[in-house]
Amino acid sequence: MQFRHKIAGGDFAKAGNVASSVKKVLQQLNIDHVISKRTVIALYEGEVNVVAHAYSGIIEIEIDEEKIKIIITDKGPGIADIDQAMVEGFSTATPQVREMGFGAGMGLSNMKKNSDFMKISSIVEEGTVVELINYLKPDARQESK
Amino acid sequence: MKITDIIKALNLKVISGQNGLTNEIKGGYVSDLLSDVMGNAKEGEVWITLQTHQNIIAIASLKDLSAIIIVKGSVPEADTIAKSNTENIPVLSTDQDTFSIAGRLFELLKKE
Ligand SMILES: Nc1ncnc2c1ncn2[C@@H]1O[C@H](COP(=O)(O)OP(=O)(O)O)[C@@H](O)[C@H]1O
Ligand SMILES: [Mg+2]
Repeated sequence: MQFRHKIAGGDFAKAGNVASSVKKVLQQLNIDHVISKRTVIALYEGEVNVVAHAYSGIIEIEIDEEKIKIIITDKGPGIADIDQAMVEGFSTATPQVREMGFGAGMGLSNMKKNSDFMKISSIVEEGTVVELINYLKPDARQESK
Repeated sequence: MKITDIIKALNLKVISGQNGLTNEIKGGYVSDLLSDVMGNAKEGEVWITLQTHQNIIAIASLKDLSAIIIVKGSVPEADTIAKSNTENIPVLSTDQDTFSIAGRLFELLKKE
């Protein structure tokens, strides 16, 4: 099963719509509650990062027997120092975005904590690709570690 | 305890999301940082915040929170109210500040 959604940078009103539609799919598929909740948290944060930090993006979701795989590809400023970006509390969000309660610098760490596999690749002034995987079977999760 | 019980006990005003008023409360969470709520709030909790924009409804719905209490008499935006009605997430309001209302909710839930 595959889904593909487009995201517009700066469109905070729609932030979370992709996570919400994926949550409904996971519920319909009867995916384990804990796995579903973790996936929704990680996806929401990835979606918000495109809205808050990039110009446009595409989210691809692929669900099979074994795993939920999410690939978020954006056109944007990219991330110069990924290790620094991963540090909880680090944020380049604007004051207006922070005032709304975004920009706590916890998004990437929420994604890390709520996924079995996470990989960020980024080219400055081009864009960022974030790959997230959550396994549906406990043994597959072990093997990936 | 249900949302209707805390509305009465804490004298909250119902702004929107009437269809969710029979939601069961499993606890409370206090934060104005959206990622903090996303990462740490748990299903069934009441969320106390000063944020009023529509993204709070998206978060409450994604996290299956039972309701949102907006503090210090702030009035939510029209799109927050509309979204709260479609998602059935009650938005409640109090004139009190976060410290006071959280303390009273804590005492109330402790008795359960
Ligand atoms: N898709 C992205 N494109 C460009 N920069 C990003 C992207 N995602 C994250 N970042 C950078 O990493 C920082 C930390 O991200 P995150 O932990 O989600 O916190 P926040 O979004 O609250 O700032 C951001 O402030 C930003 O500088
Ligand atoms: Mg973020």
